[in-house]
Amino acid sequence: MSRTRSIKVGTLARVEGEGALHVRVAGDRVTDVKLEIYEPPRFFEAFLRGRSYREVPDITARICGICPVAYQMSSVHALEKILGITVHPSVRMLRRLIYCGEWIESHALHVYMLHAPDFLNYPDVLTLARDHPDRVKKALELKKAGNDLMTLLGGREIHPVSVCVGGFHRTPSPSALLPIRDPLRRARDLAVETVEWVRTLEFPDFEQDYDFVALSHPEEYPFNEGRLVSNRGLDIAVEEYEEHFHEKQVPHSNSLHSVHKGRAYHVGPLARFNLNFERLPESVKTLARDSGMTPPCRNPFKSITVRALETVFACEEALRILEEYEPPPKPRVDAEPRAGTGCACTEAPRGTLYHRYEISADGSVVSAKIVPPTSQNLKRIEEDVRQLVPQLLNLSDEEMTRRCEQSVRNYDPCISCATHFLKVTLERT
Amino acid sequence: MSPGERIALIGYGHPARGDDAAGPLVARRLRGMLPAEVEVREVIGDGTALMEAWSGYDRVVVVDAVVSGAPAGTVHRLDGRRLSDAGDFRSPSSHALGLREAIRLAETLGRLPGRLDIIGIEGRRFETGDAVGPEVQEGIARAAAVLLDEFAATAGSGAARGGG
Repeated sequence: MSRTRSIKVGTLARVEGEGALHVRVAGDRVTDVKLEIYEPPRFFEAFLRGRSYREVPDITARICGICPVAYQMSSVHALEKILGITVHPSVRMLRRLIYCGEWIESHALHVYMLHAPDFLNYPDVLTLARDHPDRVKKALELKKAGNDLMTLLGGREIHPVSVCVGGFHRTPSPSALLPIRDPLRRARDLAVETVEWVRTLEFPDFEQDYDFVALSHPEEYPFNEGRLVSNRGLDIAVEEYEEHFHEKQVPHSNSLHSVHKGRAYHVGPLARFNLNFERLPESVKTLARDSGMTPPCRNPFKSITVRALETVFACEEALRILEEYEPPPKPRVDAEPRAGTGCACTEAPRGTLYHRYEISADGSVVSAKIVPPTSQNLKRIEEDVRQLVPQLLNLSDEEMTRRCEQSVRNYDPCISCATHFLKVTLERT
Repeated sequence: MSPGERIALIGYGHPARGDDAAGPLVARRLRGMLPAEVEVREVIGDGTALMEAWSGYDRVVVVDAVVSGAPAGTVHRLDGRRLSDAGDFRSPSSHALGLREAIRLAETLGRLPGRLDIIGIEGRRFETGDAVGPEVQEGIARAAAVLLDEFAATAGSGAARGGG
């Protein structure tokens, strides 16, 4: 006689936004995994139509409270391609610098506040903080260094308003950047400490044969530009993105699932690390090797270590830029609007973010397409859970649910780009 | 307000998600109208961003959209230092850690401001692109008026803050 139990596990406020994960198990078989997430980018795609191209970076920055810079960067790069603008190398440096700030802030938040409690069997960071207050204080200090960098360059505490098509509304003098140097040096030490801490965590024995996809640049660990590459030989210009990656409607969710050659694929820190390891500075490579992290790493739970390593990289890269920065002759390049279509990918903390815009001769947006990293990972997250659950069948429902949540959090889903809470429903028959 | 007291009024929420905009909208109404000692800020990020925003202030008022089952637009007032015991009251904020979590974390780490008041505005709709509901608009106006009176009454002859 079969037995059905349905367990509803409250809210999961630690994943930003709202979503629902349903897992159905019959005996020892997983019969269904569905992750539902709602996607604000769809609203913004419609909202952008008819707006001036100049308004786009400020509007897209509002899509996500955690990664406004990523949305700005993908949009300004796409629009600059249409207008034929090439930014000054110093502007390019400043854009890498502000992106460093976002990676530091976002990774510190996810590693400590959201993901670490899973590994240490705490229900949340509040209980973790009771036992380890100093660690959480350091996490907040690290996160703040990233936030201060974004504020310094972005010009406002919530959404950076200084980034614009063609450059920045205003650019700082080298001396204006000085106050951030010591906090960044301190942040770099805290990030190294983070790597040393997370590598001691216990990682579930779980590996998958992923299709990793990320930007790749010949000389740099990627933020703003590069070709799209994979571990299966993909090597394309960003302009070819839509020929290789397709979005599919799925009945259980209003979000689209992205597929590559009909299959799920994996974007984010683990993909970047595996595909760009050689472009990391020697210091970070050594730290990675000392932490047992060499590519290819196929265990998604180890993404927490990669986030910590990328935080060290972002601090070092920011410090390097501070040393080398000289102000551009003018903050931005202006161009007359012209009709055209342009696209760009940049690497948001949680993975590759694709934007495409068509604008008319007067500079108004005809159409916008935004593919956030979370929707590219959705199908892959479902497949991970599907593969993981058979290993968990002997666990209590509570423990199984917790492990499923941890598995979803491996991808740091930007459900801020979605909605409020993730409910996990586990059904066994 | 006592001399030298540092005060912040923080509107918390996402401006593009329906009634979640209540906090930032109250902050925008009050910007430039409060005594000079009161810093008006908006926070959209997670609860740790809120903790950063109130760091260094003696007295903080956070305005946020809430869901408690009361009619939409109801303006609640809570002692933030007791919010973690406040029953079924929750902040629907679209943040990794919400208001309540930020308060509890700050409590654990000894980072709560000396005085923390929460003005909650009951919301209904929080989807991206939703308009702020008419009852919530009224709640925003009421909350702003109450705060304006309150700060004016305690400010003595405090000059209004210029700009905005």
